[in-house]
Amino acid sequence: MKLLTNKTTRSNTITYAVVVISFVLLQLWSGAGMSSSLKGMLVPICAYVVMALSLNLTVGVLGELSLGHAGFMSVGAFTGTTAAMALAQSIPSDGLRLAIAMVVGALFAAIAGFLIGIPVLRLRGDYLAIVTLAFGEIIKSIFTNLYVGFDGGLRVSLLSNQTGIADNDLIIRGPMGIGGITKISTFVAGFVLIMLTLIVIFNLVNSRSGRAIMALRDNRIAAESVGIPVTKYKMMAFVISAALAGAAGTLFGLNYSTVVANKFDFNTSILILVFVVLGGQGRMLGSIIAAAALTILPEVLREFADYRMLVYAIVLILVMIFTNNPTIKGFFTRLFSKKQEGGANQ
Amino acid sequence: MKKLLAILLAVCLMAGLVACGETATTETTETTETTEAVAGAFKIGGTAPLTGPAAIYGTAVKNAAELAVEEINAEGGIQFELRMEDDQHDAEKAVNAYNTLKDWGMQISLGSVTSKPCEATSTETYADRIFALTPSASSTATIEGKDNQFQMCFTDPNQGSASAQYIADKALATKVAVIWKSDDVYSKGIYDTFMATAPGLGIEVVSDTTFVDGNDTDFSVQLADAQANGAELVFLPMYYTPASLILNQANAMGYAPVWFGVDGMDGILTLEGFDTALAEGVILLTPFNADSEDARTAAFVAKYQEKYGEIPNQFAADAYDCVYAYKQALEAVGATADMTAEELCDLMIAQFTTMTYDGITGESMTWDASGAVTKDPKGMVIENGAYVGLD
Repeated sequence: MKLLTNKTTRSNTITYAVVVISFVLLQLWSGAGMSSSLKGMLVPICAYVVMALSLNLTVGVLGELSLGHAGFMSVGAFTGTTAAMALAQSIPSDGLRLAIAMVVGALFAAIAGFLIGIPVLRLRGDYLAIVTLAFGEIIKSIFTNLYVGFDGGLRVSLLSNQTGIADNDLIIRGPMGIGGITKISTFVAGFVLIMLTLIVIFNLVNSRSGRAIMALRDNRIAAESVGIPVTKYKMMAFVISAALAGAAGTLFGLNYSTVVANKFDFNTSILILVFVVLGGQGRMLGSIIAAAALTILPEVLREFADYRMLVYAIVLILVMIFTNNPTIKGFFTRLFSKKQEGGANQ
Repeated sequence: MKKLLAILLAVCLMAGLVACGETATTETTETTETTEAVAGAFKIGGTAPLTGPAAIYGTAVKNAAELAVEEINAEGGIQFELRMEDDQHDAEKAVNAYNTLKDWGMQISLGSVTSKPCEATSTETYADRIFALTPSASSTATIEGKDNQFQMCFTDPNQGSASAQYIADKALATKVAVIWKSDDVYSKGIYDTFMATAPGLGIEVVSDTTFVDGNDTDFSVQLADAQANGAELVFLPMYYTPASLILNQANAMGYAPVWFGVDGMDGILTLEGFDTALAEGVILLTPFNADSEDARTAAFVAKYQEKYGEIPNQFAADAYDCVYAYKQALEAVGATADMTAEELCDLMIAQFTTMTYDGITGESMTWDASGAVTKDPKGMVIENGAYVGLD
């Protein structure tokens, strides 16, 4: 038992260290001649890393397939950005406003996660996947028809603008989404959010609740028979995952001058799932690396011009095959077990 | 063993593709090298949806801009080097594409082709002081509050009020029905100003119905409503695909009002499988007419058709005009290719707000300080399967 704790502690420490070191290196590099292309991607990478980590909590730790994760990102992006814009006058400090916006985004996403969790978590496997997919579409549909304005108090209307505020002064403008956002997301904020996410996830997984959640994943009937309340723990993992996705959405939304609901569609959900599957379910460091690599990849491939998306797809297939090939996996395991003295033998 | 074989195959495929990609890139670098060799070339960049659902517009812009650059470079004098990057009609990708262009050393920009991506990139070009003239991003948000953002196309609201004005001026009808797409920025922009302008001009909107994406194949309810309320004219602020279905279904139910469209209707005659007899008598406001007798337009259409095998649409014409407007402006201020983007930006702002440009999408166009273009929309009516000027 002691060995096991040591092992998780070590792997967690490695994850923290990788994140901190890459942050420091990137921060130094961005001061000294990093290309604007990469510089522009730092914040979205952070947002996608948090998305991948939070989905890994649902898919890897809870063991339920969710295809609507972009929906929570959308909730976070819209509510968080609205909060940031509404508070622009009263809170002049960008950093504080961003932090508050993220909390608001996380809160609303958590509420959405709770509401959707009530019916969804009664389902299992394929059924759950399909219902979360539908949920993502519902969220998208709501935001394309939502009108929100701010004139001291929030004015909200659905389907058409009945807020009494001129169309151009609205914050959320129905199908046109949010425009004229002041960009306040920073790489530092993204880094802090990744660290917070890791702390939340690692502590949850290592806690009593985390073990209960993993027990549900491994064998639901056995877990139930020893008295673990299924709904409670499933809901806990699902809501935390949603809240983290909401904060990531806020970070993402406040990094661009405009946000539309169509951005957070089925494709985005699948993209995040790809990060998780590629990085390895339940492996947080894997998710971080996969999210960062796959966000940069399409930009690096720009020199292929017309063949870009084709090459991207093929690289994806290759990576999937390579990372799951037993021969190659075995090779790396042997390599590592030689270096580390008996850490990886069970 | 089987798995290894699969990997091997994939690697072979990959290698083949890389080879393809390499030949493609070497070709382009060769052409750019030759243009650079003539004289220092101005680096023009833009983002366009070259893949994805809006690819038809992005490709049209890219093709036409390439054509214009080739023509200008062949003339000698000012030289251009053009690079269009794919933005997949997405704000996030557009900013990435824009940053790639910035690394490449873009001096002047064609902005983005579609409205939402352009809104995102215009914030960047504004912050970086790179002058941008977008061919087709028509929403007001792209130019609002940014002194170095200019448009070659009408703003959406402009089209709505121009349409209402046109209907009133020509006394086409007093009872009007509007069918519009409620989840589309373009459609909504036009609809809003049309509704704001129409009542003041003695136009009564008797039927106001909508449709949304994914529910755009059956228009019987909307058409029945328009017919029941006795609309003499139906205003269709939308792209041509749903419009073609509306015309078809109205024909089937024996409803024949005056049809009035905007520039999105341009292209309906070339739509595959559409009976052009149905579009007979349709009036549309558009800045560009591919069948025009104008010598420059005819030459452009012929060249475009020869090179890309299709008739250019309004997006292509706007892009073509953008490049030529840049040429005129750069010549007028005597700019040289070794100027920085920032220097060019100031020169261009001063030049565009004072110059008059004659292009294929309009005569004597001018720009005001906000960046919006002033040009007269042309009223066209479809007669015998061809556009004919109304005026």
